[in-house]
Parts: sequence; structure tokens; C-alpha cells
Amino acid sequence: MGTTGLPTNITQGVRTKGGIGESTLRPDGTLKVTGEFAYSSDMWHEDMLWGHILRSTVAHANIVSIDTAEALATPGVYAVMTYDDLPTDVKNYGLEIQDTPVLAHGKVRHHGEPVAIVAADHPETARRAAAKIKVEYRELPVITDEASATAPDAILIHENRTDHHVGHVPHPNIVHRQPIVRGDVTEARERADFIVEGEYVFGMQDQAFLGPESGLAVPAQDGGVDLYIATQWLHSDLRQIAPVLGLPEDKVRMTLAGVGGAFGGREDLSMQIHACLLALRTGKPVKIVYNRFESFFGHVHRHPAKLHYEHGATRDGKLTHVKCRIVLDGGAYASASPAVVGNASSLGIGPYVVDDVDIEAIALYTNNPPCGAMRGFGAVQACFAYEAQMDKLADAVGMDRVEFRQRNAMAQGSLLPTGQVVDSPAPVAELLRRVKAMPLPPERQWESSEGADVRQLPGGLSNTTHGEGVVRGVGYAVGIKNVGFSEGFDDYSTARVRLEAVAGEPVVTVHTAMAEVGQGGVTVHAQIARTELGVTQVTIHPADTRVGSAGSTSASRQTYVTGGAVKNACELVREQVLERGRRKFGTYHPAWATAELLLEGGKVVTDAGEVLADLVDVLGDEAVELEREWRHRPTEPFDLRTGQGNGHVQYSFAAHRAVVEVDTELGLVKVIELACAQDVGKALNPLSVVGQIQGGTTQGLGVAVMEEIVVDPKTAKVKNPSFTDYLIPTILDTPTIPVDVLELADEHAPYGLRGIGEAPTLSSTPAVLAAIRNATGLELNRTPVRPEHLTGTA
Amino acid sequence: MRVNFTVNGRPQEADDVWEGESLLYVLRERLGLPGSKNACEQGECGSCTVRLDGVPVCSCLVAAGQVEGREVVTVEGLAEYAARRSCGTGACEAGACGTDSGGTSLDEARRWSAQGTRGTDSQTGEGTELAPIQQAFIDAGAVQCGFCTPGLLVAADEMLERNPDPTDADIREALSGNLCRCTGYEKIMDAVRLAAARQSEGA
Repeated sequence: MGTTGLPTNITQGVRTKGGIGESTLRPDGTLKVTGEFAYSSDMWHEDMLWGHILRSTVAHANIVSIDTAEALATPGVYAVMTYDDLPTDVKNYGLEIQDTPVLAHGKVRHHGEPVAIVAADHPETARRAAAKIKVEYRELPVITDEASATAPDAILIHENRTDHHVGHVPHPNIVHRQPIVRGDVTEARERADFIVEGEYVFGMQDQAFLGPESGLAVPAQDGGVDLYIATQWLHSDLRQIAPVLGLPEDKVRMTLAGVGGAFGGREDLSMQIHACLLALRTGKPVKIVYNRFESFFGHVHRHPAKLHYEHGATRDGKLTHVKCRIVLDGGAYASASPAVVGNASSLGIGPYVVDDVDIEAIALYTNNPPCGAMRGFGAVQACFAYEAQMDKLADAVGMDRVEFRQRNAMAQGSLLPTGQVVDSPAPVAELLRRVKAMPLPPERQWESSEGADVRQLPGGLSNTTHGEGVVRGVGYAVGIKNVGFSEGFDDYSTARVRLEAVAGEPVVTVHTAMAEVGQGGVTVHAQIARTELGVTQVTIHPADTRVGSAGSTSASRQTYVTGGAVKNACELVREQVLERGRRKFGTYHPAWATAELLLEGGKVVTDAGEVLADLVDVLGDEAVELEREWRHRPTEPFDLRTGQGNGHVQYSFAAHRAVVEVDTELGLVKVIELACAQDVGKALNPLSVVGQIQGGTTQGLGVAVMEEIVVDPKTAKVKNPSFTDYLIPTILDTPTIPVDVLELADEHAPYGLRGIGEAPTLSSTPAVLAAIRNATGLELNRTPVRPEHLTGTA
Repeated sequence: MRVNFTVNGRPQEADDVWEGESLLYVLRERLGLPGSKNACEQGECGSCTVRLDGVPVCSCLVAAGQVEGREVVTVEGLAEYAARRSCGTGACEAGACGTDSGGTSLDEARRWSAQGTRGTDSQTGEGTELAPIQQAFIDAGAVQCGFCTPGLLVAADEMLERNPDPTDADIREALSGNLCRCTGYEKIMDAVRLAAARQSEGA
């Protein structure tokens, strides 16, 4: 029967149309509501085997021995592989620094590190066989924080580092350090009438995408492998996978299978190499699907952070200086830590104008779980701290908290601490004004003629209060996020666009390697193709490595960059079509040579609206097809000593107002409303834009009041790897989220758009914290807030 | 062991089932019905929600042997289930439900999975007959990654069956066992309100 669940073309345009600016519905919507959309865990192949990964039960240890004999002898088991079975000299991988072993070699550096892999004819057989592998560990002391990482006798997490950061870090257990210094903080401090300091702690957040890490590797006749996978960046995976397998990249053919969310957690590899290794070893297709427990170990998390801030202001409410130090825990492997450091430092003071700054951000190597990309990427942790500081300082000055922010807000033309000019709209004060102007939700909404509706109260259906002890609070926050990959990265995308006549209709096929992870990139590509080429029917080709790289679905960049690539390719296709039209029909009408020509409604028209030809007649039997790379404006690295440099491409701004009710006796919080105002430049799909803002807002809410991976500081072991113990917001925890969308075009970006996915995740958390502080009068310097922090029983 | 049960109105027989397998595993891996999702496999997320003799359950927590002789409805059968229900209440437009024994055959299910199409005029499935709640999810923008969607649809459809005119608090309570990580739930609320409104208009 072969393989089922293979990704196929998706065509839209029979009933659903729409160019840019319209709320066109998803082309994959019907497949997703009928259960027919094939996710990576839905792939199936006759005779396929199931892979399973044995992971370390301790965080830091030397491996004395591994005995696989009993596992291999288990009926139904086809292969067991350890480090010794890796086929080439390339045994590590990594996004930037190749420090992550495919399988542990002599040592494990964090709880849950892959040690061995098994293939069997049933997933339970594979699991049970893996449990029969005997691994003898000799445990080492665990490094869990800055003090233990940089102690004089600290064990080096990675000995013999050769990466390009090792030369400028103060200690080999520091992945990367980025200072940003501008002006003179010592001198500026003298001008401050008020100085506030704070120490803040940000807990480890999990992406908690719902579709588990999974995929299917099918060995091919030519010795290569076909891999169907859920990822954020096919070509980045390919670059890391192929060398480990000892295959040229063209023999590792990757196709994007359905992706059940990502949020940064699929930027690093998970089971890709393991599935390929087992498939090539056994000669059979191998499927690997993590369960939720394993998923908590199978991807990197958001860096937990400790942040120290000092802010100063004059009596009239102008910021004098900011000095801060941000310590991010990168865990055992580098992942995206260097870039997270770049963001945390360069965006470390928020969307405010401050001439005198002294910022330092570092990421540690420890034995905690590896941390890397998650929505907001370094800017989230900083925003939590600087917004708490802004409230504190406003209170010290005696000024309204929103007004204080507005007085110091950056605007177009302002400088970042890196010296970079913000050269597109930066409506920070306006967003605050808008979010403040929204009507407040009525008091005591939970009251009805039949008594209290406990579902709307803190504690909910636990029926812990009928309103007694419940206090309301309101809080505000605003943030700044960069869009796209920064610091000189060649952040390009590629699009292949084909225009042809099919059964008398012009049809566009868009083929990119963009990972659709739920954000709606496929919707937007169809909209762009309609707008640029004047067609209704658009076919979205499955994303794969047979077309050039699209870059990552992260950093709020895909609509900008791959959207830009699709737009650019469509424009070039249009030029070729018009040239063909001029050759075929130019002699019939002078406008072919003289007028500005457009493609609209399946026709070639002049800018005055005169129809010159049907598009299908111009096309005839021959398609127009081309593939092109597209780049946004280049960026440059930050100076390693001063942090100065034009490191970013674009910025995204959002502001939140949170309204909470707190049961002060039990320490329970109910978020009543989380209003958001965001500048999106141009909303290519307003429905999807609002959906992104609401989703991002809710992830910020989660880390404000419930989400945290708890790591035992004594053992560095994860204590809550399940949805029973790691809580994400349910529909009962989530409030109404009114959204006010502002559209101030960025002239540098396609259609003036602004990447939008991450900004709402930044300001949501500090707004909720500010509201809880407002309700309780407590200082609350860590997130998430737990009941014991509110009741004084922590 | 062998398990005989009814899925989406059609008798099914699953062979070689290991006793530890869940209903979810049998649906997904043995019957070619991967619409029910495997987000947590521990009864916390609701992505695997199906109707078992009419009652919404997490199919990951139901042992396969427990469904012997019973009736299961999955997201793949939701449109037809909803159509039959509206027939039963007299709200069916003539012929909408068909007259055959109905249900989804295993072959049909595998064919959908293999081709990603039901032979409509477009491979988006445009023109496919949908349950009102399915259409509302699309129209309201309640689908992003879509992994939570099948479970939410089964749960929301069941709630609207019980409570055709729910308050917002009712909707939130009924769907509180279904996690979504993408949407922030606002568009899901919109979708359920929309389906309820369309249902009451059509009634």
C-alpha cells in the first residue's frame, strides 16, 4: 500500500479567493477540520518500524558502559544503535555551534540526553527493549547556575571549545557574552533624581506545541533517505543531518509533514537523525513519535534568566540611564544561545530613549535542560524586567505609569542602545494610548441574579470563593521585538512561482520550503500570488528541499522574507508574461508598448483599466516558471566590546493592558481581560493577524501565572515533564483579548508589513504581573507567580 | 486480540491488537483514522476526544478492549454524525443524509489519507460537506496549526447537542479539557458562538 499521509498540493480559489489585505480563509482549513490533514505523527508506511530513544536518567555523568545485548535479543527488535554505531566522523550537530552529540559519547550533560536508539515492529516493543539497555553512569557534580558554572574549580561542560565565541567569553562555561555600552552611565547617574534597582527571575518556559516531535524516514533505492518531518527550517535540518549520515545533501530528501505548532521548539533537531540512522541501518521505513513526557526532554526551552536592573530618572520623568545585567541559562548545549544573548542585550532597555546605557548579557553552559529559541527570543525575559522597573520608577517619580512610559517612548528616528537608528514608524506612545483608551471590563462580572458564577472567579470550578477576598488590579506594559535574523546573518528566502493555463484558467503554483507551522504562511502566499498575478486559483506545493531555502519559520520573519520572496518571484513572472504578450500581441494594440500593464481578473489590463488580452491566451501551452532568492536589507554584527552596530532589520511593537482579579487569601489569580494594541505595518490577512496576537498574548499569560519547567537545583533533573504538572492556559484560564490593530507602513518592507508573531508575547507577561502587583501591593520579582508568592507562604 | 466495534456508523474489526493498546492507537495505527490526535497521551489535552456511545472521552485513556461492541464517533465521521442528528430532529434538508447504511469504510479512510482529498473540485476540500461546527471553525479563523482542532470539534459539537444556546461561561467550561496552544481561544469562542447562532437560525 506504500505510504499514507504524504503531503500533497493544496489548491485554493474555487470558492475561497482574496488578495492581500483580505481575511482569506486557510487553504488547509477544510483538511484540518475533517481530520484529513496529515501531520508528521500521522505518516504511515507498510512494514514500517517504530523508533525509540533511550535517554539519560541523570544530568551529569560519565558513561562507564552500555550493554545492548538483551535489548537486541528482544523479539521484534531490528536494531539498537549507540555512539559506536554512528557511520561517519561527524557525530555532533547544532544550529550555530556543533556541540550536541547525536548519541552520548562517554558523558551525558543533561537529564534526558539521547544515549541509544532502538527500532522495533511495535512502539511498545521498542520502548521495552530500550528499557533493557544497561547504562552504567558515574555521576558528576551538577552545574546549575552562574556561581557553580564560573567557580574556579568548575567542571567544564564542554572541554576544548573551538567555536568563535570562546575567544571573548570570560569563562569556558559561558557560551557568549554581549556588552552594549553607550554614553556614560556614571556621569548620567549624577543627573538622576530617582534611582530604582531590581533583581528579577524568569522561569523556564516550554513551547508546548501540541503536535509531538515525529516523522517518518524511508530508505531509498539509491542509498539515500526520504524524510517526512515537522520542523521550522528544512534546509537548516538538512545541513545538520546529511554529514552525520555520510550522505550528500541531495540524497537526504526532506519534505515538510504537517506541523502541530512550533514556537521555536522545532528550530533544533529532535528525532530527525535518529530516524534516518535506524532506517538506513534496517533498510525499513522508521517512524518516531515522542509522547508528551519525551517531548519535554526532546526540545530546547525558553532560557530562564536572572536579571539585575538599575534605572534612573529626573524629577520631570525623563530616563537618565539604565544599567543592567542579564544572565541566561543556556543549559548543556549552545542551541540558539548566542543569538538570544544578542537580542536580550540589544533590546534590553525596551522601546525607550536612553542615551546612557551599560548592558551586559551572557548565556551559561550548565547541566540544566538545553535552552534555545522560543517566541520572543531573549526580548521576552528583558521586557519582563524593564517593564517592572518602569512601574517602580514611575511610582518613585510620582507620575502615572503610562504617562511615564509615553514621556520616554522611542519614536521613528530614535536610537537603540546599539546606536542603530529606528528608521520606520515606532508608535510606542500611541499604542499605550490606544490600549489605555479601551473600555475597562465591568466590575464583579461574576455576579448574577443566581449568585456568583464561580467559573468567572479566581479558583474557578474549585469553588474557592464567591467573591470574598477578591481584589482587582490593572497593569500596563509595552515591548520591542526585532523581526528577522539579525547581526549580519544572510537571512534570505527562496520562492519558485509557476503560472500556466489549466483547463482554460490561469493557475499559479507557489513552491517554497517555508515551514507552515500554523501561522498561515500558506494563506498569505496564495493572497500574494492573487494580488500580483491577477488570478484566483493558487496551488501551494508541499514544502521540501527540492527548492531553495526559505529560512526559518521564526523571528516573526516568514511573511516578510518568504512573503517577500513570493512577491518578488511573482513580479518577475509577471514581467515575463507581459514580455510574451508583447511578442504575441504587441502589434495589435499600441498600449502593449506604451502603457503600464497589470494582471487583473485573469486578464492583461492597462493602468487605465483597458483589457488587452486574456492571460490564458498570452500563456498558451507554455508555463512561465522561475525560482529566485530574495533578501531584505543586510544587517551587521554587534561590536563585541561596545555592542554598537546596525544589527537589526525591523522592529515590532505591542502594548498590553491586563485586568486581573486576585483571591488574596488563597493566592489565586483570574485574568479578566488582556487588551492588546499592536502596529502591524500592513495586515496582509487581518483575521490571521488578530489570531497571532491573541495566541502570543496567551503564551505570555501562561508564563505570568502558571508555566514553568521546574528543575531540581540539586540534581538538575526535570520534575514536571507532563501536562499534568506543566500547566498551559486552558480556555477557562484565558480571558477575552480585545485587539486594536494599527497599520503604519514600513517603507522598507514588502507591502509595508511588519513581522507580528512575537511582539504580543513580550508585553503580555509584564502587564499581568503589573496588574497583580496593583491588586496586591506585592513586589513580585519573579515569573511565573505562584499562589505562595501571593500569600506570603513561599 | 481482536476487537470488534463500530466506528462512524460502520462495523470495524481490528486484529492483532496488543492488550495495552489504547483506542487512540487502534484508530490511528490500525484503522487508518489518524484524525484523532496524540498530543499528550495522558488525558490532559483533549486532542484525542471521540464519542464513545455518545459520551466524549479521551481515546488515549480508553483501552482498546473496552470498546468491544461499542460505538465510536471520530472527527472523520463528525459531518455525517451531525447530519444524521439534524435528520433525527427533522431539520434535515431532503437527501442530505443519504439512505445507505453510511459510515466510513476503512478503505475510504485510507484513501483520504493517501490522497488528501475526497474528490471535491479542489484539494482544499472546498465543497466538502461539513458539520456546522467544522464550518464555523474555518470561518471564524479558529484553526491555526490545527492539532487541537479535531478534539475541540468533537467536544464542541457534543456541547451544542446538549446545550444549543450556551453562554460564554458554558462554552469555556465545556471546552476546558481541550488545550490549544496557538489561538488564545478567542477565535474558538467565536466559532462556537457562530455555530450555535447558525444552528438556532436553522432550527
